[in-house]
Amino acid sequence: MAEPVLLLEGVFKSYGNGVVTEVLKGVDLRVERGEFAALIGPSGSGKSTLLNILGLLDRPTRGRLTIAGEDTAHLDDAGLTRLRGRTIGFVFQFHHLLPGLSAVENVMMPMIAATGRTSKEMVPRARRLLERVGLGEKAGARPNALSGGQQQRVAIARALALDPPLVLADEPTGNLDTKTADQIFEVMREFNRELGVAFLIVTHDPRLATRCDRTIDLVDGRIVSDRRRAGP
Amino acid sequence: MPISWFLALRFFREGRLQSVLIVVGVSVGVAVMVFLSALIDGLQTSLVAQTLGTQAHVVVRPPDEVARPMLASSEAVAIAARVERTAQRSRSIVGWQQVVEGLSAIPSVTAVSPTVTGPAVATRGNATRAVVLYGIDPERFAGIYPIRERMVAGRFEPTGTGCVIGRELALDLGVGEGDRLRLGSVEGASEVYTVAGVFDLGNREVNRRWVVISTRGAQTLLDLVGGVSSVDLRLRDIYSADEVAADITARTGLIADSWMKTNAQLLVALRSQSSSSQMIQFFVILAVAMGIASVLVVSVVQKGKEIGILRAMGVGRSSVLWVFLIQGAMVGLIGSVIGTALGTGLGVLFAGMVRNADGSPTFPVTVSLALVARSAAIAFFTGVFAAALPARSAARLDPAVAIRNG
Repeated sequence: MAEPVLLLEGVFKSYGNGVVTEVLKGVDLRVERGEFAALIGPSGSGKSTLLNILGLLDRPTRGRLTIAGEDTAHLDDAGLTRLRGRTIGFVFQFHHLLPGLSAVENVMMPMIAATGRTSKEMVPRARRLLERVGLGEKAGARPNALSGGQQQRVAIARALALDPPLVLADEPTGNLDTKTADQIFEVMREFNRELGVAFLIVTHDPRLATRCDRTIDLVDGRIVSDRRRAGP
Repeated sequence: MPISWFLALRFFREGRLQSVLIVVGVSVGVAVMVFLSALIDGLQTSLVAQTLGTQAHVVVRPPDEVARPMLASSEAVAIAARVERTAQRSRSIVGWQQVVEGLSAIPSVTAVSPTVTGPAVATRGNATRAVVLYGIDPERFAGIYPIRERMVAGRFEPTGTGCVIGRELALDLGVGEGDRLRLGSVEGASEVYTVAGVFDLGNREVNRRWVVISTRGAQTLLDLVGGVSSVDLRLRDIYSADEVAADITARTGLIADSWMKTNAQLLVALRSQSSSSQMIQFFVILAVAMGIASVLVVSVVQKGKEIGILRAMGVGRSSVLWVFLIQGAMVGLIGSVIGTALGTGLGVLFAGMVRNADGSPTFPVTVSLALVARSAAIAFFTGVFAAALPARSAARLDPAVAIRNG
């Protein structure tokens, strides 16, 4: 079997000293390249904590996390930042675009972060990504001039700026009406099919979860079920 | 463009009102600094120039005569004697030609004028006035005092039996160019002189007292034939006068008085003026630094979430640090440019508004390149230093926490 894009082995996470709250209680998870998976679970089940650890924004208290073949335990802050930039794209619930930057600049941001500087070659690539999400003509617009759905499309284009093997999406449609949510879902699905990008989508929406290839159910810091749909 | 610059520029542009306000704040601070410095510098320069318009930078004169009692103490006999101080008579500097040559060779000395000076009485008809005779060489004298430019009548030609007198004395005696007056010394000699010109050195006392004649004429009147009583010096750097004077005394044994010694009170006044202006400037800088720091602190808090997102996208801590340092530097730099222009403009306006009766500015304002460069440098570094703290806290933000709480 090929090297998984994401491998969690016995991951624990607790917060606080004195009164310790254990949020994750031994999570094992393996995500292959090109997968399209949903992570579901009630509020407080530890979904966001898990996503932060997967996104290298937080470290596990115990256990091992391997991203694209690289063990993250030994990386320092700069190493994590580099690995994160190269391998993981983020889509947040509230899009989190930078309000001071135009749509195309927002999409360029991961490229700028990776090379440490702006360059002219970044613009056409960012524009192509915007065209793929159907916002070619909105390249120069500021985020606050875009609708919620459009903002989320820009955020997806941004997540894919560096061609990462994995995109983590935290409630990407949580803030949108059903129709727009479907469109956003389709945009992600297309990228998954055409570019082979793995998606791990945290969602509350069971309708969307069932349309994913795999559904991982997290309850009380443990994975209680992990179902795959047969066939694409 | 490096990422930190790109983000700093975007953040700066995005926080439009904040950016404008803080730039205005810094500008006003710099303007106050520039204006105050320029005004104080100008005032001091003009005050010193006015003082030195009628004073040589250094005056060299023969050592005081001292009474040397012929009694001597021995081991057996102790003598308590009260020795009276000798009255100082007009004397010549011994070997003054060599002294003048030696003084001219000092690199910091730009002009040397041997002078025969002493008290005299000027008489015309029933009017008699006590005056001070200056027997000089016109070329050399004009190198020390700006007298050629200050003639109000006639010409500066104190040769033969021609004399040049001050405006007040001319009024007192009722003489003008071409009129005659009698000059008599306390030694008993007297001579009739023709007024060749009248000067106004801007000092009433000098205008009332000084009578400038030829060296030879003064030597005859004051009974100092072949001698000079003092040598006036002009220096390249006026504030080196003390050192030069001490050096001359050490080398020649003559007494050398610098203008700094004779005007010690003026210098103390100038220094305290400078230090009070420096204190004001220090507090202005402090206020500017606080302003920049507080705006950036607020900006870091406001942008907490954005910083978290940037970090999540792979922007390093040091880049985030630089984003805020650059913003601080930018605010400082833009503020210093506007502030310098504002301060200079204010100075020019002020100098133009308040004028003396003769049309010269009451408050001469001198904006030097050094002053501009210094203010700009101070504003720049103040900006960077003020940004250091907020920049550090921005770089230390935990991206996960920032995104969650933002």
